[in-house]
Amino acid sequence: MIESRHERRFVHLVLLGASVIALYPFVSILLLALNPPGKRVSGFTIPSTISFENFTLAWQRGNFAQALFSSAVVAVTVVAASVAFSILAGYAFATMRFPLRNTLFVILLAGLMLPYEALIVPLYFDFRSLGLLDSRWAVILPQIGFSVSFGTFWMRTAFWAQSGGALVEAAQLDGANTWDILRRVLLPVSGPAVMSLSALLFLFAWNDFLLALVLLPQNEAAQTAPLALSFFAGLRRGGEPSTIAAAALLVAFPVLIVYIFMQRRFIQGITTGATKG
Amino acid sequence: MQRDGLTPTRAPLRPPQLSRPSRPARPVRRGPSGRVQPVAYLYLLPAFTFFAVFAVAPLAHAFKLSFYEWNGITDQVWVGLDNYVTVFTDPNVRAALWNSVILIVFYAVLPICVALVIVGLMARVRIRGRTAFRAVLFVPTILPLTVVAVAWRWVYAPDGPLNFGLDLIGLDFVSRAWLGDFTFALPSLGMVGTWVTFGLVFVLFAAGVQKIPSELYESARLDGANMVREFFAVTLPALRGEITVALILTVTAALRNFDLVFVMTRGGPGTNTEVPSMFIYRSVFQIRSIGLGAAIGVILMLELLAVNLAVLWYRRRGDLSA
Repeated sequence: MIESRHERRFVHLVLLGASVIALYPFVSILLLALNPPGKRVSGFTIPSTISFENFTLAWQRGNFAQALFSSAVVAVTVVAASVAFSILAGYAFATMRFPLRNTLFVILLAGLMLPYEALIVPLYFDFRSLGLLDSRWAVILPQIGFSVSFGTFWMRTAFWAQSGGALVEAAQLDGANTWDILRRVLLPVSGPAVMSLSALLFLFAWNDFLLALVLLPQNEAAQTAPLALSFFAGLRRGGEPSTIAAAALLVAFPVLIVYIFMQRRFIQGITTGATKG
Repeated sequence: MQRDGLTPTRAPLRPPQLSRPSRPARPVRRGPSGRVQPVAYLYLLPAFTFFAVFAVAPLAHAFKLSFYEWNGITDQVWVGLDNYVTVFTDPNVRAALWNSVILIVFYAVLPICVALVIVGLMARVRIRGRTAFRAVLFVPTILPLTVVAVAWRWVYAPDGPLNFGLDLIGLDFVSRAWLGDFTFALPSLGMVGTWVTFGLVFVLFAAGVQKIPSELYESARLDGANMVREFFAVTLPALRGEITVALILTVTAALRNFDLVFVMTRGGPGTNTEVPSMFIYRSVFQIRSIGLGAAIGVILMLELLAVNLAVLWYRRRGDLSA
């Protein structure tokens, strides 16, 4: 490739600048949170002494132990159920022939375009009449309902890539039934696709705010982490900006950990998922 | 590359196509063949049950509610299209709809343009630390939006880093309470949207550019193309698929935008940063006009449907003429 030195340097500088902008807001609340609470902070202050007191305060006042636990329960349940159901449905769409196959697939696919925001009003009243409002089920069940569209589409593509292979045919010739083919032949080679899907769905479930806000209005014990954060930041119960910053970091932390470990999978997941979806 | 079986086996010379729902994405692939297997319905049952009960049924219910006047407690009163008339005549709801359209500029147009320029520059040189840049630039997209909102509220705070920086470089007359300012609240909010969606758009485009065969660039250069011509002749056409996807995702994010507004401005000052989803929330918890909330939801859904179809239609037409 022909390239000039100046050009190379310039491009790297642009990317470096963009990276600084991408990280700065996060870094700035980190610096803010590391100050001792009550200290008057402004602008670019770098804390002279590092204090974790803001984190302790936020943890105590903001109900975050409960909230992080609640978020974990919701996210794990949503991911486990959605992934399981998506594997089953994706498998059927990828490998079987049956009447209405394309119609059903299009209907499910249309779910990708459905905004939560349009469904939140009926969901509130439906759950209210079922007595499920303020319970974790109120956020878990709809999230599964929304996730299976994306998940089924995802798993169909993954199985498609495998099912043309000789493995499935050989298994069919051996007289293996559909369940055995899925369990013994396809699933063992689809681990990476299942992992990527799980990581993405975890991210969506963890970050959800609107469903929790509307469907868990009064039960503090079921509050998810983003909801607890918005109350903490909104009511100014936390008082200091530095304590609110610490609270935000507590909520971001689990996502960042997952991201650091699964970074490639996330990005690969989003790019392949998006360009195919 | 093919560890997970998701990446296409043939290196595509064209960007990957959006699959059209009515046809399999890759017709060359062996689709299901052989005899009909009714057992398939058993495999579909759990996914479709949840989808039907928690997505389709609420949608039908939303349609129904949108034709009633209801405060959530007393009897529902059939009012026909009144709620929809309100959506388009009430100044506050109209302001919210209009704001969401303006936010498209910040959520979709701006990040796509900036990312195209950067990716166009990147196409010409070998980037050191490409994966590290990608990983860092993607961080804003994965953070919970509530966290993003808290972080930016601090950046924009009267004594926050932005004003501090402006004062530092002698632009103290520019500094202000950004989120409380009638002129700047919406653009300030919009810039956060740009910050959030840029990573996603960049990652999509960067992946797309890597798939462009380098011979295309070499031959363009042999023809004496400069940077700009090269961009328009090689990079831009090759990224058409990615641009389509980026448009759909970012416009959707702009129209649905709720978390940022709720945590950063609650729609204020005045109705300056009001958005449709905030109104839906209010309709249940504050205004207690359930039918209106449902109607805004339906409109929002139709808007998204229209955007999706328009982008896909445009893309398809582009394919035919290509």
